[in-house]
Amino acid sequence: MHNFEFIRATSVAEAAEILRDDPEAGLLSGGQTLLPTMKQRLAAPSKLVSLTAIEALKGLSQEGDSLTIGGATTHAEVAERAVGIFPGLASLAGRIGDPAVRNRGTIGGSLANNDPAACYPAAALACGAMMVTDRREIPADDYFLGVFETALQDGEILTAVRFPIPEAACYQKFIQPASRFSMVAVFVARFADRVGVAVTGASEDGVFRWAEGEAALGAAFTPDAVQGLSLPETGMITDSFGTGAFRAHLIPVLTARAVTSLTAG
Amino acid sequence: MPMVTMTVNGQPRSAEAEGRTLLSQFLREALGLTGTHVGCDTSQCGCCIVEVDGRAVKSCAMLAQEAEGARITTIEGQAAEDGTMSKVQAAFVQEQGLQCGFCTPGMVMSVTELLRHTPKPSIDEIKHHLEGNICRCTGYRNIIKAVLVASDQPLGALASDH
Ligand SMILES: Cc1cc2nc3c(=O)[nH]c(=O)nc-3n(C[C@H](O)[C@H](O)[C@H](O)COP(=O)(O)OP(=O)(O)OC[C@H]3O[C@@H](n4cnc5c(N)ncnc54)[C@H](O)[C@@H]3O)c2cc1C
Ligand code: FES
Ligand code: FES
Repeated sequence: MHNFEFIRATSVAEAAEILRDDPEAGLLSGGQTLLPTMKQRLAAPSKLVSLTAIEALKGLSQEGDSLTIGGATTHAEVAERAVGIFPGLASLAGRIGDPAVRNRGTIGGSLANNDPAACYPAAALACGAMMVTDRREIPADDYFLGVFETALQDGEILTAVRFPIPEAACYQKFIQPASRFSMVAVFVARFADRVGVAVTGASEDGVFRWAEGEAALGAAFTPDAVQGLSLPETGMITDSFGTGAFRAHLIPVLTARAVTSLTAG
Repeated sequence: MPMVTMTVNGQPRSAEAEGRTLLSQFLREALGLTGTHVGCDTSQCGCCIVEVDGRAVKSCAMLAQEAEGARITTIEGQAAEDGTMSKVQAAFVQEQGLQCGFCTPGMVMSVTELLRHTPKPSIDEIKHHLEGNICRCTGYRNIIKAVLVASDQPLGALASDH
């Protein structure tokens, strides 16, 4: 890893100013993605501005039917504290990586990174969450622009994510056992007036909404409504762990499993 | 180089650290606490797990300077001052939850955190909690037995050697 100056910011304004003054400076949140990347010398910032001491970026707050989570809130905190508010999201957070990763990794880091197999992007997209930055608010539909690509501009800080809380939600993660990321995972969120279905791990373009699945479940929220559907394998990821055809096949299967678990009993 | 100060196993400790110095490196090289093992250095194996402010973290994936002012507990902090092993350590010995011992510091730190919030974990909970700890030797069976013993639970189906 190349050396850099470490700065622990105490406010978003301070962090933003350092990034404005030095285009080579970078943001550090939980470091679970960035530090391994820097060890491989795929990133070499001049300065690293740590966000994790900024109290305003931490914690969960519920207002009516929306849940706001600070950008530097760890996966472990979401897993523990969202249980009574948004259990589907708590369950997702509790299955990211392993306990030590969850104790450091943050929701803001995950959503800023937008790994094509990451978990939170599926929840954010299925729910139509709002990404709150130090400059503006970006709806999830306009935020995820492709593999490791987001609408964040240089130096823009993701300060919070605001989720509309669904009536019911389920994250079905088919684990890729070597990385513990998803091979394919589907987040199903049911609201009074619509159903959101977002898929991670499958597409070469990153996380996406499965419109056909959403429409089918909007008409009838049953496993049968999606079981017969299929997606084209073109554009799906093929790697040593699975073919594009296998990944395409998993999407309706996992969606149906999510619906089954939400409607059983 | 900036000085970094943290409380390690109850003692205040200070040493210099570059921006890029990892907490694992700081503990091993600056403080001489080589019980914290570095297996992969890529966040995969869990050998380097220590507790930072009561949370188990991979010390190869955290900067020393991020731990400024923090309370760190390492494997060296597990036994009592007279050398009596902690309950978790003793259970690993009793059930032979180790062979080469390389993964053991991380295993003990992870299990210690688990039992603090889940005093009687089920086998599934044990497996889920140890997903980030890789052992190349034991096949995990004796590690699970050690966790059951450390949490005063019967070995059940794992009692037989086969
Ligand atoms: C063994 C292992 C298993 C994992 N398994 C999973 C998994 O199953 N599912 C999953 O989703 N993830 C998984 N991860 C990734 C993990 O969730 C990371 O914590 C997460 O992707 C990045 O969050 P971070 O806080 O660690 O970010 P960092 O590593 O600190 O930063 C990541 C990137 O985001 C930028 N950034 C960070 N915070 C902000 C912000 N607030 N505003 C703007 N930019 C920011 C940084 O500059 C950097 O470029 C795994 C990681 C490991 C090591
Ligand atoms: S050395 Fe840190 S996880 Fe392997
Ligand atoms: S005892 Fe050898 S790696 Fe676990």
